[in-house]
Amino acid sequence: MTEVTWIKAALTAARPQAIGALLRYFRDLDTAEEAFQEACLRALKSWPQNGPPRDATAWLIFVGRNAALDGMRRRGKHEPLPPDEAISDIDDAEAVLAERLDGSHYRDDVLRLLFICCHPELPNTQQIALALRIVSGLSVRQIARAFLVGEAAMEQRITRAKARIAQADVPFETPGAPERGERLAVVAAMVYLVFNEGYSTGEGSARAQLCEEAIRLARLLLRLFQTEPEIMGLTALMLLQHARAAARLDAAGEIVLLEDQDRSLWDGKLIAEGLALIDKAVRHRRPGPYQIQAAVAALHARAARPEETDWPQIDALYAALERLQPSPVVTLNRAVAVGKLHGPAAALDMIEPLAPRLSGYFHFFGAKGAFLLQLGRKGEARAAFDQAIALANTPAEAAHIRRHLDRLAQESAPTPG
Amino acid sequence: MLYAILCYNEEDVVWSWSQEEDAAVMARLGVVHDRLTKAGKLGPAVRLLPTTAATTLRKTQDPPLVIDGPFAETKEQLLGFYVIDVADLNEALDVARELAAANPGGAYEVRPVALYNADRRAGAGG
Repeated sequence: MTEVTWIKAALTAARPQAIGALLRYFRDLDTAEEAFQEACLRALKSWPQNGPPRDATAWLIFVGRNAALDGMRRRGKHEPLPPDEAISDIDDAEAVLAERLDGSHYRDDVLRLLFICCHPELPNTQQIALALRIVSGLSVRQIARAFLVGEAAMEQRITRAKARIAQADVPFETPGAPERGERLAVVAAMVYLVFNEGYSTGEGSARAQLCEEAIRLARLLLRLFQTEPEIMGLTALMLLQHARAAARLDAAGEIVLLEDQDRSLWDGKLIAEGLALIDKAVRHRRPGPYQIQAAVAALHARAARPEETDWPQIDALYAALERLQPSPVVTLNRAVAVGKLHGPAAALDMIEPLAPRLSGYFHFFGAKGAFLLQLGRKGEARAAFDQAIALANTPAEAAHIRRHLDRLAQESAPTPG
Repeated sequence: MLYAILCYNEEDVVWSWSQEEDAAVMARLGVVHDRLTKAGKLGPAVRLLPTTAATTLRKTQDPPLVIDGPFAETKEQLLGFYVIDVADLNEALDVARELAAANPGGAYEVRPVALYNADRRAGAGG
């Protein structure tokens, strides 16, 4: 690894905390971002010559803050710039600053930075784009590619989101414990959105990058909030789902269902980390939606072959999730387990009442069609699959359903001869 | 003489490597590992999961307290370790230098081993 690569990784790692601290200082997102950018430029110039500082993050905060202050003074008074030497004696200043950087502050700095990306007025896609741009430091181009939109459109989307936040009331005072808990829950949901944006379509490296960024953000949250079982659960859930990434699409880019996946392609390291985190979370005896979903993913990960899947346990976990967080999508997931345990008729009975609420949901019709097909009700299955195709979110989803339809068409065609 | 080489680095930096960077580092380390294995000098080599996966048992009270996270909040974290069988400290440092060339950043603590129990599980090759 070259020195520059190492420095870039160090800058990426320092980014959330450094921008979070600069935001607390300047109370303005653009100023904080520019200050960090300037500090990074100076780091790329100074670190190869002088070696990396003892505390890279403190260095970046200090240098960024001074650079921004210089800029303000310059604009305010048209006074000449203070010479570079004035801030070149970083070492001493760093020691002082490191002491002043209150350990308790930085946790709230990072949380605040993530929290402002979750402003309730921002649509989900803007929240995600903003977090990727500001917290993860992805380029507009990278984000645009992940969202399959043009760079200019994405630039505009981010600018608009920032403008809305600039007008919003961002809480800068140190939060109390209940508030901190609420913020953490909102931020966790946003991180999972980032993951799902990458996971739901799963095509190409730009999308996979979103999953990796979400996992990195979750690990960051977990380092800051080490005893939160739901953050352990969230991290575990994403690790276990992402572990299957290589097996989820075949060579032609088509979706491979869980039970048909080549399990040797699953990433053992990610699975090990996910299972370890669930073990830790369970000790707290404070179950939550992420922990339960992670536990389901863990049962799949632990089954060496599909036949070894512990469906009774998965059914019980989804039942628990239904009680904790009732939603038709959860019931739909449970129906898959019920189908394995008690047959497709029972599953169909379970999902029928969901129809009014899931009438626009691809997976509802996909599952319904599959259950009907198992029961041999081909005409109804075809109708359900037709509706699924109309609602498919990606070409891969549509292609997957089309395969079912093609097979149905072949079976019902009169045999020649 | 057995030495442990304890690998310290900034975890959040290492986990910010892209997959390609990570793979490149592992490939370079693989060359060193192979050489040491052929020379009969490499014992267990362990890469640890992130400290967020760690749990600590504090023995300062009775019963001991179970805490989420690593033992100490430090700037650099213990990310893995090797056990090597070499003639002396100089050779141990040579190995550490070789590993360092493949995997820059952070520090290696070279520490003589006082007692070593090989893996005694049934079927374990130690």
